Amino acid sequence: EIHEPEEVSVWFREGSSCCQETLARNQRFTETPVNMPGADKETDLSERIESFLSELKRCGSGAGSLRGSAETARETTALLRRITAQARWGNAGELMEIIRKEGRRMTAAQPSETTVGNMIRRVLKIIREEYARSRGSSEETDQQESLHKLLTSGGSSEDNFRQHFTHLKANVIEAINELLTELEGTTDNISMQALEHIHSNEVIMTIGRSRTVEAFLKDAARKRKFHVIVAECAPFCQGHEMATSLCKEDIETTVIPDAAIFAVMSRVNKVIIGTQTVLANGGLRAVNGTHTLALAAKHHSTPLIVCAPMFKLSPQFPNEEDTFHKFVSPHEVLPFTEGEILSKVNAHCPVFDYVPPELITLFISNIGGNAPSYIYRLMSELYHPEDHEL
Amino acid sequence: MMLISAAMTLVVGHELQSAEPKEEKQRLRKEKKQHKKNKKDDRGPPEKEKEKEKASVPAPSKPATQSPAHKAAPVPVNASASESPVAAEKPAKSKAELRAERRARQDSERASKQGKKEGGQQSTSSKPKATPNELQPVVKRLPDHVQVDDPVALKKLAKKLERQQKSGQGCSLNITGVKVPLRSDYGYKVSLFSHLHQYSRKNPPTQQISIPVTVIHPSIVRLGLQYSQGIIAGSNARSVALLHAFKQVIQDYSTPPNEELSRDLVNKLSPYISFLSQCRPLSASMGNAIKYIKKEISNIPSQCKEEEAKRILQECIDSYINEKIILASEAISKYAIEKISDGDVILVYGCSSLVNHILCEAFEKQRKFRVIVVDSRPRLEGREALRRLVKKGIRCTYVLISALSYILPEVSKVFLGAHALLANGYVMSRVGTSQIALVAKAYNVPVLVCCETYKFCERVQTDSFVSNELDDPDDLIVTRNGKTHLENWQTVKSLGLLNLVYDVTPPDFVDLVITDLGMIPCTSVPVVLRVKNVDQ
Repeated sequence: EIHEPEEVSVWFREGSSCCQETLARNQRFTETPVNMPGADKETDLSERIESFLSELKRCGSGAGSLRGSAETARETTALLRRITAQARWGNAGELMEIIRKEGRRMTAAQPSETTVGNMIRRVLKIIREEYARSRGSSEETDQQESLHKLLTSGGSSEDNFRQHFTHLKANVIEAINELLTELEGTTDNISMQALEHIHSNEVIMTIGRSRTVEAFLKDAARKRKFHVIVAECAPFCQGHEMATSLCKEDIETTVIPDAAIFAVMSRVNKVIIGTQTVLANGGLRAVNGTHTLALAAKHHSTPLIVCAPMFKLSPQFPNEEDTFHKFVSPHEVLPFTEGEILSKVNAHCPVFDYVPPELITLFISNIGGNAPSYIYRLMSELYHPEDHEL
Repeated sequence: MMLISAAMTLVVGHELQSAEPKEEKQRLRKEKKQHKKNKKDDRGPPEKEKEKEKASVPAPSKPATQSPAHKAAPVPVNASASESPVAAEKPAKSKAELRAERRARQDSERASKQGKKEGGQQSTSSKPKATPNELQPVVKRLPDHVQVDDPVALKKLAKKLERQQKSGQGCSLNITGVKVPLRSDYGYKVSLFSHLHQYSRKNPPTQQISIPVTVIHPSIVRLGLQYSQGIIAGSNARSVALLHAFKQVIQDYSTPPNEELSRDLVNKLSPYISFLSQCRPLSASMGNAIKYIKKEISNIPSQCKEEEAKRILQECIDSYINEKIILASEAISKYAIEKISDGDVILVYGCSSLVNHILCEAFEKQRKFRVIVVDSRPRLEGREALRRLVKKGIRCTYVLISALSYILPEVSKVFLGAHALLANGYVMSRVGTSQIALVAKAYNVPVLVCCETYKFCERVQTDSFVSNELDDPDDLIVTRNGKTHLENWQTVKSLGLLNLVYDVTPPDFVDLVITDLGMIPCTSVPVVLRVKNVDQ
């Protein structure tokens, strides 16, 4: 009953909790009846989805090794491709339903990891496009819900997705492959623009650790000499890793504590940061301390450049309610060794900060540079408005 | 002294005496240049003492309470360690020539200088005839601790420290080889700060002193060690500890024969002050306290017996501490409590003794408020403040400074302490204060700075680079789960760690300064300084 050896290794490598493992193993052994290929594929698929969900739940705690968003995006897209290939669906509408259902589960597993939701919306948009293309109607203007269309179209386009096309599956999978290729090339695309933005003998400031910014700076360092100041970003101090990594490429780096951000800002020429999410209004949800950095840059009229690939763009708006902030254990802030006062004190350790779009000068993404006021337009090209709520 | 001041002003060239014959000045200047090269090793206390004696003879009309010879240079407010090298650098001439010159010059100058201001002498001697609106020379001498990148200045400092060993030879024992140690810098310094010292806490300056110590009083050695290891930290604490150590020094002091207490004691204090500034650069409050002590010592009348003089000095020091620190904090609390209303959420940063005192007093007066303590790496002083407030029973929240934007919407007021208030209205305080003020301004939260008037200083500064303190860079290395990334930062060629201690906050971020004189805006600091100068 053992299908592919990699499956078993998947379980052991991820080290999921005992019960889940035994449950899944039992499921595997008991649920597979007499060699039905479709049933095999289904269980295989649900296993993969379960493993992905558990990994999402675990990695978001902040204490383990933080996965890069690029990896998450890639894995989500690969999983969606697998769902398209292996799940049972008859027409586009059913496929979209399946994907939406799985998508809701995935975003519920780790709400702060927005790339998962973004990829799902991209795939849904791909499906819509492929469907429209198969139908033969050249409706590129379908996305723009103009008033005219609303008046003249009459019914909603929901029931339009019931038609069955034989080549739809192949087309969708091909389009998803294109999306994967695009994802793989994002960091390189962004780094290629580095020389247009960094001149020699500059002092650049950054905060925390962003793989995109790291690649960006390393690419520029091949041709230009400049100085980088890294704010260490307590309490996880990821700035230290960033600094050591930059030093390997012989970039002059200085590590400063968060408290010194405003003090040294007057000598900084540019601030280049990465972000966790780009919100629909052009604002950012970035690592904590970024808002202070942005305000200091604004005070000194220093340009603030955000390097963010397109898969981080999310159609959410910032709402300062419970859903925006994520907290991790306050043990990082006030350790248990401070025992006596610990019980009488509230300690907070938020992970993210909101940065309003007025403080940002430029977004650099894999499709080029944009102002924050243009973000809404890019979003409408990537996602269909009906998919904003999964 | 008139004599030395004239010589100095000739060298420095700031004196405004238009009636002075210019030819005489130039002749003297040429002579000085001639003698400068020959006389390097003759410089020292014997020469100085002789100069003093000579100078005291032809100046009977001068008030006896002039400052000693080697303080003729205009004294910058914050670094008393810079005083002696200036006069010592003056080239010595042969004694007879000097005497004759001085006599001649003094006669002519006395005539022309009647009723003219002395001008330019910012020394700690009392000047009852100095009017408050006299013109000060604009360029004060740059303190040593911001000239680390200048090799000439470093050499001068080393020579001065060596010399101060000899100047302590008023007593019987002469142990050579004991000197005020020159501390060496540690680690790679960020290029923007190469003009500042950067010491390591693992190499305290006391390692280079042999025991028994004859030059430096043991309580000063202990104090210096406590400063350099960070055991005593905080502006008020450092000043109070300094004054207590000086009380001990004065207690143990005995006037050597043929010396006047008022002059010799000040000479004795100079190597101590150099030593302390090697351990840790002096703070503005310490600088003001030292100025006060030196002034008080010089004001001791020469007829006074030693025991009487010591008693007077001890009382002066006690009253200074009482007035400027303890009573001042009571006054500030009184004003500040008016600003705290029920239901307030107050944000404080780090550990300021004054702000903690205010909050404890307000809590005792039954105000209902809660406190948010913001802290920052690597010093983590906020935990100390947290302990004190929690012990009192105040409800507290604790965050790191990177979470400031998250917590600030809840805050109604921000109370900050200060290390010094500069004459252009900037607030010099622990690094991170300016950031708090910036973000509070963005959220429209009022920022109140609490500062005693003895911390006001006449320096001006616009950024945090030119005059700052660099702390041990190894403090930034942090271990989480037993591993660090920066362990071998010294071996990595292009990596630097920067651990600043102070920063300056522009006055537009500060809404109110609460001092013992009342509640003033940030820009009124020079007015207060002027009022203080008039009083003195």
